[in-house]
Amino acid sequence: MTVQSPSRTRSNMNNSSRNDGSSAEETSKSRWDPPVSALVPKMKTVDLHAYFGPAEVLKGISLPIADKQVTAVIGPSGCGKSTFVRCLNRMHEVVPGARAAGRVLLDEQDIYHSDVDSVRVRRRVGMVFQKPNPFPTMSIRDNVLAGLRLNGERPDDPDSVVEKMLRRVALWDEVKDVLGRAGTGLSSGQQQRLCIARSLALEPEVLLMDEPCSALDPIATARVEELIHELRRSYTIVIVTHNMQQAARVANFTAFFYLGTLIEHDRTDVIFTRPKEQRTEDYITGRFG
Amino acid sequence: MDRRHTDREYESELELLRDRVLLMGAHVEEVLVLAMRSYNERSVSLARSTINMDSQIDQLELEIDELAIQILARRQPVASDLRFITTTLKLVTDLERIGDLGVNICERVAELGADRSQSAHDPIPRIADVAQGMVHDALDAFVAGDAVKANQVIDRDKEVDAYYASLYPELLPRMMSNPSVVFESTRLLSIGKSLERLADHATNIAEMVVFMVKGQDVRHSGTTNPGSHG
Ligand SMILES: Nc1ncnc2c1ncn2[C@@H]1O[C@H](COP(=O)(O)OP(=O)(O)OP(=O)(O)O)[C@@H](O)[C@H]1O
Ligand SMILES: [Mg+2]
Repeated sequence: MTVQSPSRTRSNMNNSSRNDGSSAEETSKSRWDPPVSALVPKMKTVDLHAYFGPAEVLKGISLPIADKQVTAVIGPSGCGKSTFVRCLNRMHEVVPGARAAGRVLLDEQDIYHSDVDSVRVRRRVGMVFQKPNPFPTMSIRDNVLAGLRLNGERPDDPDSVVEKMLRRVALWDEVKDVLGRAGTGLSSGQQQRLCIARSLALEPEVLLMDEPCSALDPIATARVEELIHELRRSYTIVIVTHNMQQAARVANFTAFFYLGTLIEHDRTDVIFTRPKEQRTEDYITGRFG
Repeated sequence: MDRRHTDREYESELELLRDRVLLMGAHVEEVLVLAMRSYNERSVSLARSTINMDSQIDQLELEIDELAIQILARRQPVASDLRFITTTLKLVTDLERIGDLGVNICERVAELGADRSQSAHDPIPRIADVAQGMVHDALDAFVAGDAVKANQVIDRDKEVDAYYASLYPELLPRMMSNPSVVFESTRLLSIGKSLERLADHATNIAEMVVFMVKGQDVRHSGTTNPGSHG
């Protein structure tokens, strides 16, 4: 009368040819983000191709970037995430031999149009890098103002700009008494927030963040993520991340790239609970060979 | 075709979780089989020994809960893995209840003793057949990720409800005409109620399976051939 080991075998459970008895209907209703079909784009790429010399690293990406929302770009190393975000503010073409084709619209205007000034584009579409890179010889205060000065601007009241931007990145209370000290003397988490403040001083509309937390510890990461939640009220944010949980935490929409193509773009909760594409599923669950 | 995780340790944790659920399911089904055999044979000793099997089921439930929570905490599962683990966590509470209801049946059998006073048609076995079949098929559907089978389980719940609803009208006239069968009839009603409720729990499991599968499969139909990349 002993119980036998389970008669059902495990190989059964890994059966991929699952039997779904019902028609394909969208099951999610009450979620906090709008469906991807209702997304209002701030930017939009249309059949975007990017090349380094003869190598095509983006192979026709058409992706809307939701206005005042956070869009995460995920995918394996080398799939073109950084190249993609660098195309969004014309930084890609700065690399010798690099070029892009297709359209990148910012408020419906093609930023690659010959009339458009790339410097102006980069002001409207700011960028934060992986490694915090405050200017080493500058004070905290001057670092905040550095972007403006590089653009030849002298604000009437620089101190108020400094305070406003440092408050916006939640760094003011930590540094207000040491504004004259070198930016490089801060912790790496503080340095990254300083760099974000430097980008925000230019009053961009879109903020591109390429792995902004990869050099930060969990607490500093949490503070940057908290900041991203705040910033999304005023800015459109695109974040590249290798940290799946980070994408799940901060992004409203997630785009999965693979070998230079866009595999899937959807609401983040959809991507992380029931992605439509097998390759997305394999990647986010860690089944990528 | 192979859909394993790159991280073999994670894969083996998920496999362990699956194995434990399968084992718990096997124990629960065993309890039901033995409970109904003890009923059919009016075997008090079999009923008593079956009651003791419940502690293994409870133990497995605790083990599965702990394992699932550990995987949630340490692996942050997503997509099909997340649906599998959350389904497992919910499923085991229903499984455990099914085991308890099997024990309830055994307790009633022990009260009935060896006597069989009613010679008339016994309505219990047909309810038991359908209810046990539902438990079996709900577990099979879970194992195979089979939403069609799960939906069939859900449909059969009405059948059990109808049988149970007819139980009282069937037994009442017998009780009225022959007070000596009242004791036995109330036990039969109680066993019928247990069977009806365990069918409800099987239905719950089947509904979870539909959710678990649908999240993935609806969307994969007609896309790439699974396993052809990676
Ligand atoms: N300056 C360059 N010159 C030539 N090829 C480059 C250059 N930068 C990147 N590439 C190539 O372009 C492809 C896309 O690179 P990209 O940096 O956009 O990938 P990524 O998704 O950001 O990767 P990672 O996750 O490692 O940062 C890669 O194959 C890479 O080798
Ligand atoms: Mg990169």
